[in-house]
Amino acid sequence: MLTIKNLKVAVEGMEILKGINLDIKPGEVHAIMGPNGSGKSTLGNVLAGKENYEVLEGEVSFLGEDLLELAAEERAKKGLFLSFQYPVEIPGVPMVNFLKTSLNEHRKYKGLEPLTAGEFLKLMREKKEMLHLDSQLTNRSVNEGFSGGEKKKNEIFQMALLEPKLAILDETDSGLDIDALKIVAEGVNALKSPERSTIVITHYQRLLDYIVPDFVHVLYKGRIVKSAGKELALELEEKGYDWIKKELA
Amino acid sequence: MEEQDKILEEVTSGEYKFGFVSDFEMDTIPKGLNEDVIRIISEKKGEPDFMLQFRLDAFRKWQKMKMPDWAYLKMAPIDFQEIIYYAAPKTKPQYESLDEVDPELLETFNKLGIPLEEQKMLAGVAVDAVIDSVSVKTTFKETLAEKGIIFCSFSEAVKEHPDLVQKYLGMSVPVTDNFFAALNSAVFSDGSFCYIPKGVRCPMELSTYFRINAAGTGQFERTLIIADDDSYVSYLEGCTAPMRDENQLHAAVVEIIALERAEVKYSTVQNWYPGDKNGKGGVYNFVTKRGVCRGESSKISWTQVETGSAITWKYPSCILLGDNSVGEFNSVAVTNNHQQADTGTKMIHIGKNTKSTIVSKGISAGKSDNAYRGLVKVMPGATNARNFSQCDSLLLGSTCGAHTFPYIEVGNKTAVVEHEATTSKIGEDQIFYCNQRGISTEDAIGMIVNGYAKEVLNKLPMEFAVEAQKLLQISLEGSVG
Repeated sequence: MLTIKNLKVAVEGMEILKGINLDIKPGEVHAIMGPNGSGKSTLGNVLAGKENYEVLEGEVSFLGEDLLELAAEERAKKGLFLSFQYPVEIPGVPMVNFLKTSLNEHRKYKGLEPLTAGEFLKLMREKKEMLHLDSQLTNRSVNEGFSGGEKKKNEIFQMALLEPKLAILDETDSGLDIDALKIVAEGVNALKSPERSTIVITHYQRLLDYIVPDFVHVLYKGRIVKSAGKELALELEEKGYDWIKKELA
Repeated sequence: MEEQDKILEEVTSGEYKFGFVSDFEMDTIPKGLNEDVIRIISEKKGEPDFMLQFRLDAFRKWQKMKMPDWAYLKMAPIDFQEIIYYAAPKTKPQYESLDEVDPELLETFNKLGIPLEEQKMLAGVAVDAVIDSVSVKTTFKETLAEKGIIFCSFSEAVKEHPDLVQKYLGMSVPVTDNFFAALNSAVFSDGSFCYIPKGVRCPMELSTYFRINAAGTGQFERTLIIADDDSYVSYLEGCTAPMRDENQLHAAVVEIIALERAEVKYSTVQNWYPGDKNGKGGVYNFVTKRGVCRGESSKISWTQVETGSAITWKYPSCILLGDNSVGEFNSVAVTNNHQQADTGTKMIHIGKNTKSTIVSKGISAGKSDNAYRGLVKVMPGATNARNFSQCDSLLLGSTCGAHTFPYIEVGNKTAVVEHEATTSKIGEDQIFYCNQRGISTEDAIGMIVNGYAKEVLNKLPMEFAVEAQKLLQISLEGSVG
């Protein structure tokens, strides 16, 4: 699904990622943990194709293609989805128009006909119910005036509509109360399949109680310094990151 | 930031899509302007004496006036003796059916996407198509005639309804109002005339398409709309122009008169040639548009989507004379590449309980400058006058400018005048968010811009709103077919 080899990335001249290696197979859930400023969000953004991230070295292959050669929208249409840590507001653009445009771009890419208004609304209703989303939410402008929790739910709602092959959840748990966290996790789990993979970027073990990872990686100072099974997350929860820092020192 | 600007520049530096020149035969008089030229124009049009006198009076006054220099515009001086003041298709055709129309002309309409055939079938839109000064075809006339509505070319109105023309011409825009209005009054070639009789609601949107053709020909349109007591009309004006190398001056005058309880909606989509990417060529669009709410509880609303022209200089205004009368101005002005726009409105409150609303949305891209200039004036007698103004600017990239010049003069203590203004920029993060959902940068900008301008676009009649939406996107895109 995704293979990252020796990826080095700089932002505004400063090297943030200093040689990342990661191999994600279809169906796997990988958690990326680590202290603040270790480069977790940078990894998510650079995979999604955000501008101003300078790739210094390394290769990324996604479904057999050179990911770094593709424009951000091409990556999205090939099935890479980023659930944003801070979803941006777009005033004046109704959620429903945004979603319809997005979904139909994906369909066009796959050679499918655009959905009719009726089909689209039906699909939207199903997914909204799944995430217990306020039905009025889609009539509002994209993320405008949404609460922190609504914004995060809205990200997963979009993921449910687009059904990506690889989803990167960037701190989807931050700002969520426990009920919202469960709903979001249920949404993610409902999409789980042997063909789909997930990268969960988080600080805390809490989310991983609900979205159970196959692998846990610790990102520290731009490198993956430890990889193990789900038990690593529990260990981190218990001991904090200091023991890893000491181990490395 | 630099990267973002680069993307925005690429996306926004599109070439004009509607550039072409059709070459049907023109009948022109030599360039330059003097009393003889004005006499020739009047004679060629077979006008009655009062029109000639109106023109000559305007010309004499114009000669004593100077071109104003207060607008926020950079431009070379205009040599008014280098302009050809009259051009018309050689034979003025009167057709029974479209088969008789010059195929070249029909082709022109086809290129514009507004074939008359389709227009005829379009839901209730009558088109009075003006190509280079002379009306060529008027449709739906009979339907309108049944209601007593007069909708014809200005020249025809001068011949058929001289009393109405003489009574109302210059009532909203006096000859001496400004330099370009005086020039227009002296040399105007043709335009549209519309009269809605007492108590009649015009059953369809009235529409005119203007085009500038013949190289180096100044275009001086004149439009006069009169809504008699208790009547209603919605009027649409839309434009595209062929690509030309030299600057073309366009100084139109639009006058609206709303009598007792009458309502007039005037909508414009303006898409004249804005010049190339480097700022060469393009139309100078210096228009005077004004409506007078003469009657009690009358209403005039201006809605405009301005995407074209190298320089736009216009302030569709309302004089709220009648008590309880209402004025509205809704505007979206887009400037790209080297375009300049100085546009806004004047709301003059004279009657009691008069209300006005101003919504102006400026969008600047490339190296363009976009200025809002507005005046809200409450006269001493305008008890309980109310105004609300909202002026927003949206910037794409960092090489363009947005400027707001609101003037407020209040002469009555009971008046309430509110003004709000915002400036925002399309953010890299917004575009990336759209990209991440599979939406291209161009489509993202189109979507964001349309979202921003929605409040105004919603005021347009349905079929126009769709066209305007496309236009906004095209104006800001580099995707040329």
